[in-house]
Order: sequence, then structure tokens, then C-alpha cells
Amino acid sequence: MNPYDVSLVLQALGEAFPNIDLRAKPLMPKANAEDEQTCITLDRDNLIDVMTFLKTDSRCAFSQLCDLTCVDYMDFPDASDRFGVTYSLLSIEKGHRIWAKCFVNEPNLQVPSVTCVWRGAEWLEREVWDLFGVKFTDHPDLRRIVTWEGFGSHPLRKDYPLRGIGEREDYAKLTRESA
Amino acid sequence: MTQTASTTNFEPTTYAPVEPGGDLWTLNLGPQHPACHGTLRHVLELDGERVVACTIHIGYLHSGFEKLGEHLNYNQYVVVTDRMNYVSPIANNVVWHHACEKLFGIEITPRCKVIRTIIAELARIQDHLLCVGAAALDLGGFTAFLYGFNEREHLNDIFEELCGARFTTSYTRVGGLMSDISERWPRMVREFCQRLPAALDDVEKLLTKNRIFIERARGVGYISKEDAIDWGLTGPLARSAGVRRDLRKDEPYLCYADNWDGHGSSAVNFKVAISEMGDCYGRYLVRLEEMRQSLLIVDQLIDNIPSGPINVPADDKKTLPDKSEIYFSIEGLIHHFEQVMTNRGHQPPVGESYGANECANGELGFYLVSDGGNCAYRARCRPPSFINYQCFPNLVVGHQISDVIAVLSSMNIIAAELDR
Repeated sequence: MNPYDVSLVLQALGEAFPNIDLRAKPLMPKANAEDEQTCITLDRDNLIDVMTFLKTDSRCAFSQLCDLTCVDYMDFPDASDRFGVTYSLLSIEKGHRIWAKCFVNEPNLQVPSVTCVWRGAEWLEREVWDLFGVKFTDHPDLRRIVTWEGFGSHPLRKDYPLRGIGEREDYAKLTRESA
Repeated sequence: MTQTASTTNFEPTTYAPVEPGGDLWTLNLGPQHPACHGTLRHVLELDGERVVACTIHIGYLHSGFEKLGEHLNYNQYVVVTDRMNYVSPIANNVVWHHACEKLFGIEITPRCKVIRTIIAELARIQDHLLCVGAAALDLGGFTAFLYGFNEREHLNDIFEELCGARFTTSYTRVGGLMSDISERWPRMVREFCQRLPAALDDVEKLLTKNRIFIERARGVGYISKEDAIDWGLTGPLARSAGVRRDLRKDEPYLCYADNWDGHGSSAVNFKVAISEMGDCYGRYLVRLEEMRQSLLIVDQLIDNIPSGPINVPADDKKTLPDKSEIYFSIEGLIHHFEQVMTNRGHQPPVGESYGANECANGELGFYLVSDGGNCAYRARCRPPSFINYQCFPNLVVGHQISDVIAVLSSMNIIAAELDR
């Protein structure tokens, strides 16, 4: 079985959501069509509906959220949107994968949380919030995860310098007197 | 598929949930605790000895690996991947360059594929030896831990012979390897293959039918198949809960795929270890069986390493040339110079690509975004430990404090990979 044969999935999506332009295209064009990884683009309004369909429909059966991440396209050539929240879905029973993107721009950096579809999204969304500052609405516990509460920046953004902006140096120090 | 013994009529241990607002006691376990295997912090709400709630705080080892990935080129970043899962570093090297080559569209040479498959399997053994040993250690069985560590020493010797480093191997390069194997190396691997089964037998004799071990591990940290899929678990954790998924079979790469050498060679022959138990004991059995299967794979390949180059041809300017060319020819020197200059270097196609391998802890993958430059535009790592660990509170609620340690060691969470 070809793990990346997702034409059936796209067909099912097209039937279920005729009004949505999924803009399905390969993540990167390859010489060998079998190696291509398909990516669809979703809006935040239809995200939950489509994701729920992708998980529950028997032709799609994307039972697992393999990965959830974000890319800051600030410096990317010919990019029109700033942040692309990227979902990587995997079907355990069918063995195929699909990628989905939801673009968001400042000032409205909000995406609905998919924790209601896959519970495994919880930490992944917290990580994206922490490192990119994209908020997930209806997330059960949206705290920072790898940096500390009170850290004001989102370090994986492209406008954040590699060496930081002085958080380490300026961080309030505990002294013997103040403790 | 491997059938495991004693699966009959065993109810997972569960306790009735307590009423909220009872007289609870808060215990902070970690981040500096010898049984935590790294800087992991759990805040446990206890009713007597019983865990009512568990909150995990991570990030103590966060060192911005993904940010570094945007500033180091595709060959330099392999050094950082060593530091991710430091229990089996060489497997991370293999995955990183697997993902890079997928992005670049490079097909590596058969010799390179065989060597990479062997080292990936040796790394799996290396990882499982530690995990099985530590799982026994945390339950009071020190001897099995020493048996495991003794064998890990030999594996470290093998990696040292291969690339000069015992842990921070950084052995792979885009389109090939750092250097070819030595004449001695296959012999060392063969010797290791001969001695490991005896050590595994010893471990098994100590643990598999040990009543103390079974009572501490059986039914503890149970997760169902549906939950395992929903939480995104991969690797031995998912397979011990009955999820039949192994990237080596489902999305074959390297020598796990048919026709890997272009001359019709069939894929390496092995079985996927699977258990329906879903508890600490099941994870132990799956890991033990996976080590035996890995040995089988190494056994099939070590005598048949094809001859030929380890790197793809240097003409297409994707790999670093051989050192002898750099030192003794002007073309080689120029080529090398062009490869390492920051404004030249690699010129990958613009686009995005995901490449993943089955590592000891599960699916380790890299999602690379390239803007055509020398460094990745975004180097996302899909870390198995991070994704496996978030279901931990569900596994320990209802159990006692001592079981928390048992579950933790059975999951083999590597803090550096968790926080990156």
C-alpha cells in the first residue's frame, strides 16, 4: 500500500465540504509522485469541522495527530501570511498521512484548539503558544510549557534573535536578603 | 507478530476515585530526583500513598534546539541531534539526515544504507538495554541493570571504533557518512551479536518470571489501544498496547524497504514485537523482543555490506568531498570551500518535507522548511518522548507513589529530547 495515496481522502473531503476550497497541493513537488506529501489549507472557521470529519470518516480515518507545529513565514520568499499552524495527521489503520495548514496573521493570532478531536494535541498546542505566541481558543490548559511563566517573548518567531533579548540577564535575582 | 505469554484474565489495577476536597497531600517529585531519569518534575496530589492527581512541569532542559536548527547548516546541525536522545544518539543522526535527504531529493548509496541500518538497529539495542535495565533498577533489581550496562559498554566501543566518539557520534552527513567503516568494525559487531543473546537471556531469567517484578509491573500504568492512538503514542509504548504500527514496516526506508540497492534485494526480515497488555510488563516484553529482532537484522546485514562508495558522488555539490581530495587536489579544496562557505553551501529546493524513522522510543521525525538557503528555515523535531509523556498523569492516577517510578522508567522519557 502506498502510504501517501490520499486521493480518496481528498475526494471524501470534497464531497463533504463542497463549499471549502482546500487548496490541496504537495508540500514539495517531487520527481516521483509517490513520494509527495499532500497538504491542505484550512481556515480557522472550518478547522474543527474538517478535522472532526478527517478523524471520524471511514475513508479518512486519521485516528492520530502525529504532530502539530507552527512555521513563522516572516522572511519566507513570496509568503503572504505570517504564521502557519501545521497539523500532521496519520491514519494508523490505513497508513496514510496528510498535512493541514491554518494561516493566521497579527493582530488576531487565534486558532481553535483541536484537543476536542485528539487529546494528544494538548502539549503540542501549549508548545506552539509558548514558542510562537499563537493562541488556541478552548484549550483546557494553555500555559507556557518549555519556558517559564512570566517569560515575555516567543522565541521561535523570526524576529526574535538567536541570543535572546536579555531575559536571562535581566531576570530578577533572588538574594539572601530578599528570599 | 510475537505472541507474549500470560495474558489471560488480568484486570488492570484501578481504585475508586476520591471525592474532591478530601484531605490531600501535595508531593513534589523531581526535578532533581535519582529515580526521575533526568530533570522531570511531577506535582502529585496524594491521598495517603495513592496518587489522585499528577501535574507535569517540563522545560528544565529547554535549550532551543529548533532555534539553533535555523542557524546551523544541514551538516552542522547533526551535532545538536546527538544531544536529543542521548541514550541512542546515532539513531538521531540517521533520522536527521534521512529527513534532509528527503528534502534534497538525494538517494544514498547501498553501502551507506546498510551501514545506517546497522547503526540504527544497534542504537535501538543501546536504548532498550538502558530502559529495561533501568526499569528493573527502579523496582529494586540492580543486577539486570548491570547486565544491560555491561553490554552497552561494548556498544559504545563499537561506536567509538566507528567514529571516534562514544556518545556524541555525529556520524552521518548529507548524502553519506563521516567516514567509512574500519576493517575491524564488522568483526566487533559480529562478536557483539554473538554475546548479546546470553546477556538478554540472563536479564530474562532474572525478570520475566520474577514474581516481585511481575507484581510491580503487571497492570501498572495501563493504557488501552484507543487511548494510545488518541494520545499520539508511538513506538514500544503503542505496540505494547496492541497498536500494530512500526514505520520500518509501514513506511519502509533504508534496508527495510524492498529493492533498497536498486538490484532487487529484498527487505531485511524481522517481526514486529507487539503485546496486548498495555502495562509496564508489556512494555518490558516488547522492548526485550525488539532487541532480539534488531540482532536478527544486524545479523542479516553485517556479512553482506556491499562494496562501493559511502557518499553520493561529489559532482552534484551536495556532499562534502573526501578528505584525501581536499588535501591533495585543488578541485577538491575548492569544492569543500564552497560547501562550507555561509553564502554558498547547500542549495536545497524551496519547500517543506517531513521525514521520520522508527527510533527506540517511537517515531522520531523532522519537519523541514527550506527557503533555498544554506540552513533550514524551520527545523521542527517531532520528539517521541514529548508526545509520549503527556499521557503520563492518566497512567499513574489511582496507583501508589512507588508505581509512579515504575511507570516512568517503563516509558523511557529522555529529558533532553522532551525539552529540546
